[in-house]
Amino acid sequence: MKPMLIAFVVAGLIAFGADYGLDYAGFTSQERTAGAAVRLD
Amino acid sequence: MLRLIATCLFCFIAAAAPAQDRAPNDSTVLTNPAVSGLEDILRRQQALKTADGAERATQIGDPAVASPETDQLGTLGGASDADLWRAYRFNAADIYTQSRGPASTTLIQDSGMWWLAVREGPLATYGAWLLVGTIGLLALFYLLRGRVRIDGEKTGRTITRFKSFERFGHWLLAGSFVVLGITGLISLFGRKVMIPLFGHDSFSILAIASKWVHNNISWAFMIALVLIFFMWVLENIPNRLDLKWIAVGGGLFKKGVHPPAKKFNAGQKVIFWSVIVLGTSISVSGLALLFPFELPMFGKTFGVLNATGLPELMGLGVLPTQLTPHAEMQFSQLWHAIMGFVLMAIILAHIYIGSVGMEGAFDAMGSGEVEEQWAREHHSLWVDEVKAKETSTAAATPAE
Repeated sequence: MKPMLIAFVVAGLIAFGADYGLDYAGFTSQERTAGAAVRLD
Repeated sequence: MLRLIATCLFCFIAAAAPAQDRAPNDSTVLTNPAVSGLEDILRRQQALKTADGAERATQIGDPAVASPETDQLGTLGGASDADLWRAYRFNAADIYTQSRGPASTTLIQDSGMWWLAVREGPLATYGAWLLVGTIGLLALFYLLRGRVRIDGEKTGRTITRFKSFERFGHWLLAGSFVVLGITGLISLFGRKVMIPLFGHDSFSILAIASKWVHNNISWAFMIALVLIFFMWVLENIPNRLDLKWIAVGGGLFKKGVHPPAKKFNAGQKVIFWSVIVLGTSISVSGLALLFPFELPMFGKTFGVLNATGLPELMGLGVLPTQLTPHAEMQFSQLWHAIMGFVLMAIILAHIYIGSVGMEGAFDAMGSGEVEEQWAREHHSLWVDEVKAKETSTAAATPAE
């Protein structure tokens, strides 16, 4: 059962890694489709 | 006296009102936009509704025949609000926007309503019935057939069915797919099913969390998909044995029937290729949704399909090849969901037969060690291969 549990943990780690990595690389829909002139934040 | 005069005045106005509301005849309405009145506007709208897009595209206002701005219901510089919105819709207005990206060129997209209707209607309805129907069929199969037991006497010996890395790949794919399925269903049915149950506030938190999980765990699914493809593709290439297996239904419907099979039988091969083909399709359409407007593919795909003549043969006519960026996204969403539903139905059957449906099956992916008798009944040729390999290895190793 160990490979199953490791796989579930790895799936979570990949998810967090993907979120951080894509954000770091500027691949967010906000970055790609909104202009700074209309940004409210 | 004043009250009497006011009453007479009220009666006079009330009597005159219907005359004001009386609509001009149709030809006046359609040919002279300057005529203004509620009936006039409503009739004009009705007429426009029945007209095709090309005709509507010309109804974008004309200063030459416009009512003065100072008039009641007068237009702004020759174009009413409706005219202006039509001009936006048909790209006839001179519009500037600070928005970036390919989608900023389309301010109004008519076919969005078609997509919404399909998503809320047939997609959700047929999708739900597919899943409920599959679960119902599996339950019926269980009632009629019961659990597929190991027919022969158990040996007490086990044989290694899957190594740790293979099981890791399987569970990475399975775990991520189950989460993707659940969060996908929350996204599709949340508004209809969960908001009435939990309310808007609670569902909002759930929807935001589901979206994050769905978007990000998809990478685990895609990585695992590549992993299992390279791990098992050679053993899943169809051969003549599969026909024999299919001919007897894999022995699932009758006790004591055990068609020969190698490491993967025909049923497992169907699951494997379904996962690979549908999983790839879901992944590609999912990537198009993850990176909005960056991966348009449906216009080109429709072009290829049109060249084959299939759409016309099926009565669909010629499929559109010039799609707006939004339409591309909408087709991606529909395709993503349809493929997702089909794969979920297949995987439900896989989960059933790998757990409650068959004795000893879960061990293959649980501990990796299966009862030798189970292996002989379901994968007899594979057991022979493993035993032959063991014998040759033992023969090659000199005795101490």
